[in-house]
Amino acid sequence: MTKEERLKKRHRAEKRFRFYGLASILVALLFVVILVQNIFSKGSSAFKKTVITTEIFFDQDLLEIQNGASQEEIMEADFYDVMIENLIKAYPAKDRAEEDELLKLFSGDAEIEIKKAFLKDNNLLGKTITLDLTASDDIDQLHKGNYPRELPEERRRISDFQLVIYDYFVENKKISKNFNNYFFNNGDSRDPEIAGIGGALVGSFYSILICLLLAFPVAVLASIYLEEFAPKNKITDFIEININNLAAVPSIVYGLLALQILLATIQLPRSTPLVAGITLALMTLPRIIIPCRASLKAVPPSIREGALAVGASKFQSVFHHVVPLALPGTLSGTIIGLAQALGETAPLILIGMVAFVVDIPSSPVDPSSSLPVQVYLWSESAERGFVEKTSATIMMLLSFLIVMNFIAVYLRQKFEKRWN
Amino acid sequence: MNIVLIFLITIFSVSLFFYGRSKTKSISIEKNIRLNALPKFYGYYLVLWCSIPALVFLLVWSLFEPVIIKSIIIETAANQGAIFNDKNEANLIYEKIKAIHLGTYFGDIDSILKESALAYAKFINLFTNSKVVLIFGIIIASVIYSLKKIKNNNKARDDVEVILKGLLFVSSLIAILTTLGIIFSLLFESIKFFSVINIFDYLFGTNWSPQRAFVRDASSITVAELEELKDAFGFIPLIAGTSFIAFIAMLVAVPIGLFSGIYMAEYASIKVRRISKPIIEILAGIPTVVYGFFAALTVGPFFRQVGENFGLTVSSESALAAGLIMGIMIIPYVSSLSDDVINSVPQSLRDGSYAVGATKSETIKQVVIPAALPGIIGSVLLAVSRAIGETMIVVMAAGLAANLTINPLESTTTITTQIVMILVGDQEFDSPKTQSAFALGLTLFIATLILNYIAQRAVKKYREKYD
Repeated sequence: MTKEERLKKRHRAEKRFRFYGLASILVALLFVVILVQNIFSKGSSAFKKTVITTEIFFDQDLLEIQNGASQEEIMEADFYDVMIENLIKAYPAKDRAEEDELLKLFSGDAEIEIKKAFLKDNNLLGKTITLDLTASDDIDQLHKGNYPRELPEERRRISDFQLVIYDYFVENKKISKNFNNYFFNNGDSRDPEIAGIGGALVGSFYSILICLLLAFPVAVLASIYLEEFAPKNKITDFIEININNLAAVPSIVYGLLALQILLATIQLPRSTPLVAGITLALMTLPRIIIPCRASLKAVPPSIREGALAVGASKFQSVFHHVVPLALPGTLSGTIIGLAQALGETAPLILIGMVAFVVDIPSSPVDPSSSLPVQVYLWSESAERGFVEKTSATIMMLLSFLIVMNFIAVYLRQKFEKRWN
Repeated sequence: MNIVLIFLITIFSVSLFFYGRSKTKSISIEKNIRLNALPKFYGYYLVLWCSIPALVFLLVWSLFEPVIIKSIIIETAANQGAIFNDKNEANLIYEKIKAIHLGTYFGDIDSILKESALAYAKFINLFTNSKVVLIFGIIIASVIYSLKKIKNNNKARDDVEVILKGLLFVSSLIAILTTLGIIFSLLFESIKFFSVINIFDYLFGTNWSPQRAFVRDASSITVAELEELKDAFGFIPLIAGTSFIAFIAMLVAVPIGLFSGIYMAEYASIKVRRISKPIIEILAGIPTVVYGFFAALTVGPFFRQVGENFGLTVSSESALAAGLIMGIMIIPYVSSLSDDVINSVPQSLRDGSYAVGATKSETIKQVVIPAALPGIIGSVLLAVSRAIGETMIVVMAAGLAANLTINPLESTTTITTQIVMILVGDQEFDSPKTQSAFALGLTLFIATLILNYIAQRAVKKYREKYD
């Protein structure tokens, strides 16, 4: 092999090596794109729900109430018959089976929607109004194009009769897509069309709030101690090793800790944001202490010495000068720690947040779910409608994380002083 | 009640602050003495003495009150003739009594329950009253003590700083308390578990089927049951599955992570680096449950489809899908750490290599990487420890049955999956099945601790070498 050939070979190797590096970065980037694209294409349809425009005549005989009936009487009244009568009038069904199929085009909450409309306007008795009733999950998915209607009838969840009526809806423009208020306002449900992340949002909010209230002060105080006051001795070393190790302990171990100490020993209420918040606080504490210490360390000694030189005590030099300068870094470290806590799932599963909770929690000691746990729960469900709900929940979760991370980056870039 | 107490303590403290400040100010003017500290420090001093002892007392009391009341009530119920065989039934009766007291119980109430509910009300009352009395006593005592100190014109600033420093120290101790809590809670249940199941049966058993362990009470286990249990808790399939999935993950993460780390440290322009580094780190910020969802609903079925086209049977919960996605999650751990490590290799080493005519890639392969090797190995070990502790991806995408297999297309299970499966839903206390989850947790804790220790040592040693 001549010199030139060898050189060429070496240069080819160089190019190859460089290509491998670039290719691996591209693979990683590509994966981010695929993941986000996959979630968004599946989830974006969940923000709309399918509604069927229906005419409802409030028959006094069926409702068995008088004009000017009280709130309680209306709540007690049976709107189910009104619904059936009106539906059958509009779409004649041959027999009971077809009647059932007709009803199944609407969500389980359709009766309540009619009742709510009636409650809003007390003068409706004996009158007819047009209402947008929420469609059932099957119709919703069919209308959004997520459900194959080419399958033979016995393998479909939607019968031929239902398809005929659906086509009639489409032809007469009686079916449309509205903003899905249920998705944001409702708690969990077995029916995808009325299931929402309201409960999970509130639960996550309480958990993160408690986590912040516990972890932030303790982390800041601990890092001030370790960075500014701690003598160099065995105890300090031990504390430092401990913090580094805790930051690397798998999150599920914190779940076991919470189960044994918080639930079994102290007997705090299961499945609640309170326990979740404490567990997440213990978990994020070391993850906040590490960036807090780094930002304290970045404040140059001249600041401390200047303060000491004009007669401040050690405490005053730290709290009046060093801590305010380190605050942007501290805050951004805390926000990133909280963002991690917001996405944490495994420990929350162990403390019972997987319980099926329909109600929206009104306080941190009510049973509740949280956003990531809701993702886990819905992804285990068989109904097709939950796939888009799960993806939409992930979209919400990811957007919270993105906002939090942007705030953290902004804080650091805007307020942090560069010292050199 | 507690909120009212905290509110009262706050009000007391705030008013004491203003009292202390103005009092010392006026005294110093009146008698023309030079104070040892600014007047506000006397105020702070009073605040700290008024609030800290009372709040600490309140916290400790609130932690122990429910436990103590529960044990008392269960005992009184037993004395009145309530019958319960184990802890679960006792808990149930206690919950009933509590519900009767709150007026939210709608079942039949017999005389025993009624009596116990009355006793419960009595104890709750007694405890609340004594709590309030004790807290006020503590506040009064500590305020009197601190007022006396102030009168002597003590060095209030120094005293305040000593107390605050103590507070700082206590905050840093929480990390140690957490570690102790983890060790205590894992050991406590694990010891119970190993008193039933031989530790060697656990460590070297090749069969994991805890659902067989439907034992009501570990203390009254029969010989036949014990024989049955002996090979229900074999750890080998779990560690095999865990290592297998972690191995697949590392097959993905190490080459991609290492090459991107090298590219970013050695080749990329500042502009490319500034854009691509944060985007790769997004991968570490995405919640693992999102990866789990993606692996279970998109990647798993995709692999099965592809497998069918080639005539292979691929389980939709395959080790391959879980491992692949886990590997992608871990890429940033490998890439940013190795990026850091490579960046800290001194430039002089590279310059020497260029001087004798080596190309850039030859320099990287033969000089930079060997020099950075301990650090790179450390970062890979950290990534391995992440992989074996990872839960959601494997729970959602790997599988539940413990198969001893090395076929990546079949489903396997991991330590973390089994912990979740055992502890989700209703658990029977004191059953070996529940306790086995804690034994698994302990094993996992020790394994990650060892890996992290080695990794941190390696990185630290390496850093010291070039600093």
